[in-house]
Amino acid sequence: MSTATTTATHDHSHHDHHAPSGVMRWLTTTNHKDIGTMYLTFALVMFLVGGTMILGVRAELFKPGLQLMKPEFFNQLIGVHALVMIFAALMPAATGFANWMLPLQLGAPDMALPRLNNWGFWLLPPAAILLTAPFTLALFGIGDGAVATGWTLYAPLSVQGGIGVDFAIFSVHLLGISSVLGSINIIVTIFNMRAPGMTLFKMPLFAWGWLITAFLLIATIPVLAGAVTMLLTDRHFGTHFFDAAGGGDPILFQHLFWFFGHPEVYILLLPVWGFIPHILSAFSRKPVYGYKAQVYSFWAIGILSVVVWAHHFFTVGMPVPALLYFMYSTMSISLPLAVLFFCWIATMWKGSMSFETPMLFATGWIILFGIGGLTGLVLADVAADAQYHHSYFVVAHFHYTLFAGGIMGIMAGVYFWLPKMTGYMYSEKLGKLHFWMTAIAFNMTFIPQFFLGLAGMPRRIPDYALQFAEFNMISSIAAFILGLSQLILVYNIVSCVRGKGEKAKDNPWEGAQGLEWTLPSPPPYHSFTEQPVVK
Amino acid sequence: MVGKRLRIAVMSLAMGLWSVMAWANYSWNFPTPATPIATDTLHVHNKFMIIAMIIFFVVLGIMIFSIFNHRKDKGFKAATFTGPSTAKQVIWTLAPFALLLYIDFILMGIPAYHSVVMMEDTKNGADMVLKVTGMQWRWQYEYMDGYAKGIKFVSNLATPQDQIDNKAPKGEHYLLEVDEPVILPVNKKVRVILTSNDVIHTWWVPQFGVARDAIPGFLRETWVKIEQPGTYRGQCKELCGKGHGFMPVVVNAVSEDEFKKWADAKRAELATASAGADKTWSKEDLISHGKEVYEKNCAVCHQLDGKGVPPAFPPLAGSKVINGPIFDKDGKLIANSHLDRVLNGKNVMPAWKALLNDVDIASVVTYERNSFGNTMGDMLQPAQVKALR
Repeated sequence: MSTATTTATHDHSHHDHHAPSGVMRWLTTTNHKDIGTMYLTFALVMFLVGGTMILGVRAELFKPGLQLMKPEFFNQLIGVHALVMIFAALMPAATGFANWMLPLQLGAPDMALPRLNNWGFWLLPPAAILLTAPFTLALFGIGDGAVATGWTLYAPLSVQGGIGVDFAIFSVHLLGISSVLGSINIIVTIFNMRAPGMTLFKMPLFAWGWLITAFLLIATIPVLAGAVTMLLTDRHFGTHFFDAAGGGDPILFQHLFWFFGHPEVYILLLPVWGFIPHILSAFSRKPVYGYKAQVYSFWAIGILSVVVWAHHFFTVGMPVPALLYFMYSTMSISLPLAVLFFCWIATMWKGSMSFETPMLFATGWIILFGIGGLTGLVLADVAADAQYHHSYFVVAHFHYTLFAGGIMGIMAGVYFWLPKMTGYMYSEKLGKLHFWMTAIAFNMTFIPQFFLGLAGMPRRIPDYALQFAEFNMISSIAAFILGLSQLILVYNIVSCVRGKGEKAKDNPWEGAQGLEWTLPSPPPYHSFTEQPVVK
Repeated sequence: MVGKRLRIAVMSLAMGLWSVMAWANYSWNFPTPATPIATDTLHVHNKFMIIAMIIFFVVLGIMIFSIFNHRKDKGFKAATFTGPSTAKQVIWTLAPFALLLYIDFILMGIPAYHSVVMMEDTKNGADMVLKVTGMQWRWQYEYMDGYAKGIKFVSNLATPQDQIDNKAPKGEHYLLEVDEPVILPVNKKVRVILTSNDVIHTWWVPQFGVARDAIPGFLRETWVKIEQPGTYRGQCKELCGKGHGFMPVVVNAVSEDEFKKWADAKRAELATASAGADKTWSKEDLISHGKEVYEKNCAVCHQLDGKGVPPAFPPLAGSKVINGPIFDKDGKLIANSHLDRVLNGKNVMPAWKALLNDVDIASVVTYERNSFGNTMGDMLQPAQVKALR
């Protein structure tokens, strides 16, 4: 033990003297905070890129008729928006937090596999470039633009598509490898690097959420990789996995895709479910309620998530027993989720609450994610799903789960940990402004879309019938407000990083618990050079 | 100064929104159901929505109560319970679990079960069969049995491009109108069989409460029993390429008598059209008819000016295929010639012999060989096409 400490201290000074500077520092870094920072920065940049794409879409949908773009380009924007937001914004943001916070929360000096960690990150920028390069290539007359099949890449449309599909396939491969590497690192870190005395059931829930996410990623990413590889060989090497004429089946692709795609939803949400209870606990000045109940619910949801995939395509036509099985298994996800909601609210109950920005986001998150969850429960019904499926009702539903449940959760985390990571406080006034603008504009954007869907507007159409005009106009205006509000987030982050504002204390939040708050803000380059002991 | 500007901006935004609200013809729920499935779906949806809203508002109410009362600035002292440790707390934690067990599998699960069974019962008591074939980006309908047996036609979007491009005012049924709606008798159980020629499409009419995918190489089925005469409109709802937003479904439901009258008239019309294949056409007639066929079927990809959208959709203007021979010296169709492409398709290009009659094919080929700057000068007679069938 004492030897280990000495070595670590030696390493520290050694590093300070010889660390490369400038670009090389970031290219070669194996430090979990540097890598976490790169993940988070990448996520923020891609969040803005993906957001800009969808504002183009909302501008086109502002009124009926084709105003700004051709349908081909519209289809590229919607698909790349989704891929960017899921793979390049939400997932890297969660991985960024894992990198930054897991060693701090577990009392470790760094992640278990630092070089793997570096590689995991540096696969992302090439993947993002691959995904978006066809837009630029098309400007020079090469190919016909990016992937235009929607993010789901359904065959045979994707077999028919242009080079954008090939770029997307290789991009998905890189993103997948990056996710699997990150997951391996997280699992190894959680199992091996915990401080003495920190048993699995004493870990912060964030570590539990990420542990299950990592297992889900390792289980499902290879299936996606297989599916897109089959697509690639169907496109170029004459195989017929998805072509009935050669004995294949287009629906096979949907099964493979959603075997990954449904767990993916929980991959995006579990890390958020992990840290939200700690935020609720901090600002309620009260311990997390039902820690074990939440861990068991995580496991239940993780397991259920891999057996419900076909509810994403009830309309393809399935035997009645299959329809019933997928309907009831999907509904049963609401059981552990109800326990989670109960625990979140019970954590707030009889607390001594104050509403700083992270708490505002966390509270808003419970309500809005609740809407996403409940509409999901309704969507499980096969008969009514014929109406909801691929209509704007679904678009609204999954934005309540992924924007509210995912991104607004991440924002709660950003405001919660920003003082810890940068050492400076953000402006509480601007943080609150950001929350209210985001929450109001988000609801104004997506509530009309529920009604559009019920009225019969399909998703992924560049132009629509006149009865949908008013709701689309409201939705488009609100989407622009929502998009512009995110500049406040950028400003808040940049001003913290540049050290404008108050110095942050080691624990800026009165009620925050956990090892990360025992270190200075910002923490030293190597987190725990001496292992803390957890009782 | 800035404050005043901001106020004006907010006011004008609010007024803009208000004016939108004022003329809007908002729809808050599913459209009026026209079939037993749609009625059932609406009831299930309403019931589920009410359940979901009750759950939502009860939970929200508890949260809001807590948010207003358990605050630091009101001096509320935090409790320290972590639960669930006592029996009471365990019961509390399991209560939402049990409640949802009841809601999921009894309150929602039982009606949902009956709806699914009803929706999937396509065969019992079916009066007729309609085959629907989806293709980029139109629907083909074929009556498989009953009075209209054998009638087969393609239904295209009828909205003019000028309306889509905002060059002309938009009509009442903008994007939800077709040149030939499918006609179905009311109060008959119609078994709808679906397939596709290219990619996956979804045939959807909201008022029927059914949506089913049309999958290339496979047959899928659903059923409708329309209870009231009228026109019902829907759309494709599976992303199927650039024309996805432009392939509406229009169904005219009519009485049994009218259906028979329509079937007789349609059969006569189709007979006349195919009889046209036996007479000799003048080049002018072929070109003028070919232009109509082209604009309806081909222009969506190859564009009105024949310039195409390369590389996905090649240009016809100056095309080597079009400016080449069709028949070899023995009078045999040359592989990959202009006519071979039109009849049998290639890659994304559909096999038009299944969709167009001999006159249409002969006309459109003649039109293409003599337009967009192509000057082949020759013509193709419908009889020549007929001979290749």
